[in-house]
Amino acid sequence: MTTMPTVPDARGYFGPFGGRFVPETVIPALEELTAKYLEMKDDPDFQNELINLNRTYIGRPTPVTFAARLTEYLGGAKIYLKREDLAHSGAHKINNALGQALLTKRMGKKRIIAETGAGQHGVASATAAALLGLDCVVYMGSVDMERQKPNVFRMKLLGAQVCPVESGSKTLKDAINEAIRDWVTNVRSSHYLLGSALGPHPYPMMVRDFQSVIGIEAREQIQQMAGTLPDFVVACVGGGSNSIGIFYPFRDDANVELIGVEAGGHGIESGEHAARFADEKISRLGMLHGTKSYVMQTEDGQIMETHSISAGLDYPSVGPEHAFLRHQERAEYTYATDEEALEAFQLLCKLEGIIPALESSHAVAEVIKLAPKLSKDAVVLVNLSGRGDKDLDTVINALNERGE
Amino acid sequence: MATAIQTHGLAAIEKAFAQAKTEKRAAFIPYFPIGYPDYATSLDVITAFAEVGADIIEVGVPFSDPLADGPAIQAATQIALKNGTTPQHCVKAIGELRQRGIQTPMVLMGYVNPFMAYGYEKLTADAKKFGIDGFIIPDLPADEADDFQKLVDGYKLGLSYFVAPTSSPSRIRLAAQKSRGYIYLVSITGTTGAKEALPEELTQNVAAIRTVTQHPIAVGFGVNTPNQAKQLGQLVDGVIVGTALVKAGGKSVDEARSLAAALRNAL
Repeated sequence: MTTMPTVPDARGYFGPFGGRFVPETVIPALEELTAKYLEMKDDPDFQNELINLNRTYIGRPTPVTFAARLTEYLGGAKIYLKREDLAHSGAHKINNALGQALLTKRMGKKRIIAETGAGQHGVASATAAALLGLDCVVYMGSVDMERQKPNVFRMKLLGAQVCPVESGSKTLKDAINEAIRDWVTNVRSSHYLLGSALGPHPYPMMVRDFQSVIGIEAREQIQQMAGTLPDFVVACVGGGSNSIGIFYPFRDDANVELIGVEAGGHGIESGEHAARFADEKISRLGMLHGTKSYVMQTEDGQIMETHSISAGLDYPSVGPEHAFLRHQERAEYTYATDEEALEAFQLLCKLEGIIPALESSHAVAEVIKLAPKLSKDAVVLVNLSGRGDKDLDTVINALNERGE
Repeated sequence: MATAIQTHGLAAIEKAFAQAKTEKRAAFIPYFPIGYPDYATSLDVITAFAEVGADIIEVGVPFSDPLADGPAIQAATQIALKNGTTPQHCVKAIGELRQRGIQTPMVLMGYVNPFMAYGYEKLTADAKKFGIDGFIIPDLPADEADDFQKLVDGYKLGLSYFVAPTSSPSRIRLAAQKSRGYIYLVSITGTTGAKEALPEELTQNVAAIRTVTQHPIAVGFGVNTPNQAKQLGQLVDGVIVGTALVKAGGKSVDEARSLAAALRNAL
């Protein structure tokens, strides 16, 4: 395989995906953000400040853990976990939130707007805002607020204003709509701290870059621990920020297979899922929230409501760089159902003493299928993107429904 | 009165502005979505707009995620979607309105994803067939629209791009260069229907656009009353009113008609 092309281009395109499909009012803000971000990317003061906070505040580098008992139980490949659950505030989301919050200060803005699904990005944004003295408002679908109560309380403790969103499906996509409406209105004073590798240019690129710290660290750590690059890197894909963060530094390692795991919900046939790459009937090229990518939609181009047990994967589109990696056949995408994610969740608790986020449990579910098929020499690296404390209510309810 | 339509597309839009200019007033441009509060009523409201002398009518295509719209138009278009309204219905609605004898130029206003799903080729071909004169797509900026623009130009249709209070001189030039018909000036930073008083910077925005183009400028977002319309009409070439008319049309056709008449007479 040849080296992957450098993406995105100057207009924010990853091959045929990406771009900037937003109301004119925010285009100047995107131009300003792009210019400022590119300037800061090469600014030693900014980078040193970020590296220092990554180390002293987030607790980076996060470790890689050899999952000895899970490896033994599955009887195949050696399984290593990149422990983003140990990052401050409980998930990888803080890597991007802190980077963008620092950028907000450099742009002279004092207010950040964020959306959140599972609440992890909202918590991360509220955390970064508290640290840097910024005002923070978080939009969250009322359905998600109900299923992620502890995170709502955390955001409030951290000084953020949490605004319930009652429109549409009352989940992540509607929270993004509302965040964009706030931004369109307050664009001169506020920065939109988008939490995933989607949205209009420069967000997919910028979020990827801030999250690439995951893959940069893991690539070095796994070579020290396993003596080799991994054969597989596995991560869950909602909007796709944790997965692009771990995939990106491996993109030119031709022998490393990249596997993204989408939310299979109640199964593809049921239509109740968020597997944008698995269901050709309802997922087609389209535009949602400013970017061109695969979008789950009706024949008439109305955006569909999705389902996943995990709020963080419950989103009808996917970051444009993932669409591009698939288009280039550089990464493969599969899915895990709610049921499989729940099994994986419990297994990791019992065998490794780690309570994973339900999002990350989808990646573990794929490893449960994959590892037994591989030789004992093979190495699988899994991004454990977050911890599962926030999901306890959801898991208790789901297990009760199954009579366990 | 099934008279043949004399002009179509861009020419019809240009003619409407020219006519308003000879009458020394700004053009009145009301907006209303198809399917709200139901299909039949929405057609009657649009018919009433034409009867009270609207110069151009913006016909809304409902979308599940209308992120440039404020609460009133969101609520209305969600009801339209629940009523089963599709982009196909909106295109056919314009055909029906033409059969009623309405000659007022009509442009479709909607979001990019449903139009892409409809197919740009089919949409522009159907525009000719059903009597749609042009398009307004808030989330399709001028530098992302090359494919669509080629088709629009091929069929000689109208296409309005937006200029916002935040637009830089280069963005204004781009919108001016690519717009066909009129430029849509957003009065405020915000979504449709925002309530603040119209800002003083609007005068500067208009002046900035006038330095780069002779295209007519129509102002929308936040124009609610005949008094506001009157003031704006002295500054620009067209006044767009959406939210206030949608609220009125949700109550009755007559309320929409009388508000539209008051707005038109204020110009």
